[in-house]
Amino acid sequence: MSISRRKFLGWLGAAGLGTAFSSKALAATGKHLKGYPEGLGVLHDITRCVGCRSCEEACNRVNKLPEPEKPFNDKTVLEQKRRTTTKSYTVVNRYDIDKDNKSPVFRKTQCNHCLEPACVSVCFVKAFKKIPKGPVVYDPSVCVGCRYCMIACPFEIPTYEYDEPYVPTVVKCTMCAPKIEKGELPGCVEACPKEALTFGKRKDIIKIARKRIDKYPDRYIDHIYGEYEMGGTSWLYISKMPFNNIGMREDLGVTPAPLLTSGALSVVPMVIGLWPIFLAGIYGMTKRREKIAAQERAAAVETALSRADAESKNKLAAAMEKAKQEKEKALAKAEADKEKAVKDALAKAEDKDTEENPDA
Amino acid sequence: MPDGSDARSNPVFTLFNITAGIIIIIGLFITFRRFTGGLGAVTNLSDNTPWGIWIGFDLMCGVALAAGGYVTSAAVYLFGMKKYHSAIRPAILTAFLGYSTVLVALIYDVGRPVRLALAYPFVVQQGTTSLLFEVGLCVALYLTVLFLEFTPIPLEWLGLKKIRAIAVKFTLVLTILGVILSTLHQSSLGALFLIAPSKLHPLWYSQYIAVFFFISSIAAGLSMVIFEGMLSHKRFHKKMDETYLKENKDIVLGFGKAASWVLAGYFTIKLIGISAANNWHYLLTPYGYLFLFELLGFVALPCFLFAVGSRDKNLQLIKISAILTVIGIIINRLNVSVIAFNWHLPLSERYFPSWHEIGLSIFMVTGIILAFRFIVNQMPVFYEHPDYKGSHN
Repeated sequence: MSISRRKFLGWLGAAGLGTAFSSKALAATGKHLKGYPEGLGVLHDITRCVGCRSCEEACNRVNKLPEPEKPFNDKTVLEQKRRTTTKSYTVVNRYDIDKDNKSPVFRKTQCNHCLEPACVSVCFVKAFKKIPKGPVVYDPSVCVGCRYCMIACPFEIPTYEYDEPYVPTVVKCTMCAPKIEKGELPGCVEACPKEALTFGKRKDIIKIARKRIDKYPDRYIDHIYGEYEMGGTSWLYISKMPFNNIGMREDLGVTPAPLLTSGALSVVPMVIGLWPIFLAGIYGMTKRREKIAAQERAAAVETALSRADAESKNKLAAAMEKAKQEKEKALAKAEADKEKAVKDALAKAEDKDTEENPDA
Repeated sequence: MPDGSDARSNPVFTLFNITAGIIIIIGLFITFRRFTGGLGAVTNLSDNTPWGIWIGFDLMCGVALAAGGYVTSAAVYLFGMKKYHSAIRPAILTAFLGYSTVLVALIYDVGRPVRLALAYPFVVQQGTTSLLFEVGLCVALYLTVLFLEFTPIPLEWLGLKKIRAIAVKFTLVLTILGVILSTLHQSSLGALFLIAPSKLHPLWYSQYIAVFFFISSIAAGLSMVIFEGMLSHKRFHKKMDETYLKENKDIVLGFGKAASWVLAGYFTIKLIGISAANNWHYLLTPYGYLFLFELLGFVALPCFLFAVGSRDKNLQLIKISAILTVIGIIINRLNVSVIAFNWHLPLSERYFPSWHEIGLSIFMVTGIILAFRFIVNQMPVFYEHPDYKGSHN
């Protein structure tokens, strides 16, 4: 068999096209992505945070959020564990590690802007998007309000305007995407007086974090939280305390969220492709079984009928034969009887003659 | 002969009607509050618990318990079990009403119901990486299929013979479509939770959760046909023709036997699920007791009782097993979506439904019962319409 050069190249092209499409499909199901190498991020050095809540205030101002019940310089709000709400994209919590509260740890919480976000992958109307600059942004103009993003988020960040009857939206930190676009710092980073927040390219701030850990091994545990958690996040954390002790889950694993569901999603086209064949096959087998059963029934009836027919014919023939024999017998008997009667009659007549003329 | 006249001669102010009336008034009140005050006005939903019983019960249980539609039509039309034919119409009707109610419940639950009604996820932007996209698409398509499967009933009632003749021609195609769509969304309802391994208790979170949901939906469908038949016998006995009454015994026996086998398979794969994730040590914790309560009391026990019942031809025992299975499905779906979800949170941050939420769920169930009652009183569900005798394929 000879293959022309043109044909061979055509095959190569088709194979290439196939690969291109399949890699696109893989991206859709969340196979490992290189991500956005120039993406920005923030390093939160938890050891430097003093719980002043300047970041909260700045966030409130920049995003034009409603005024809080207690002012931002009121430290009593730190008595209680708080989470992000529709009125605060970011909150600082205090963690009392030792019993006498001598050296509490403060940690800021906000959207971590995952590299492969759960919210993006689960939104059935694509309201969430990871943009190349780093932020995960939300488009309220398409959101249906199913709140699956809140179910999915491993960091429990998105919040919902339950009290808004007509146009509720999901609310979460935007990493100040509009400011970043203009080349400015996010509000919280700008406001931090202790340089607990460092803004930069994610790949650069990882290096900074690594350097700090290496330089002060007794001040930090050897773990950059967010480097690999859930496939990596744009916000990164370094701490003296194990992250578990300061309300950060260490059991989330390193699997990017989309990979958790890609297996189940990949079965869907298989079901669509194979189930019709399988079900139609079962239907066909059922029909065939019924048809064969019907045929067998018909055949059985026919055999029974023809057998009955033959039997009745035999019976008739036997009866005819018997009747014929009987007839012949009867005829023969009748003949014999007749002959005998004639003989007898003749004999009688002779006897009579001799009686009447005894001397003849 | 069934002619609907006895329904009209019944007194209006029965205990049932008065109760239903009160529930409807309360339901309308909750409806008004929901659509004027927002979700916050009527639900205990929070930022930690965005899905309550409107999802956990109305959607999750509603869809599972409406599985009788695809299970019965597959058994009769695809697997050729024609002796169960009289179970088709009640099962299709139950499924159609169940899925319609699911849609109504979602209108209440989502923040922007108009966008749901306008099918934003399918029309505006398609989030195909979401299992909810698949669930939504399959449920929407399946509701259409159920509607088409249901139409011969009102068409016979209205005497539209020509349209009915066209409608029944599609039975086979609709059945196959129904099974495909049900396979997909029954399983995907479980797969919705695959995204949250850190929130759902490990005993319920499983890589096989989609299969668990699909297989248990078959048991749910079989049991619901038996259970629904039981309830109907009490109230609509006069409506049932000889064929239905004669076949019903066979249906209970046959479906009971099938349910026993399916539950046996389900029990086995649930054990495989624990083994595969090596979650045995969780069994001796409070959540473990809950898990065992569900698995032993409402899977293993009905599986055994179904088997004994079908061996001894004990219809009563089979019916009890069907009720146990139905309760078990409700417990399971609530465990996955509400009770064992967010198990890591302290009790003070956990969710308990408000009376509004419970009231609306009761309102939904009442709506199904009333619609069911109206339709079987008026239309040929439990009997063959005299004009179409023997014309059902």
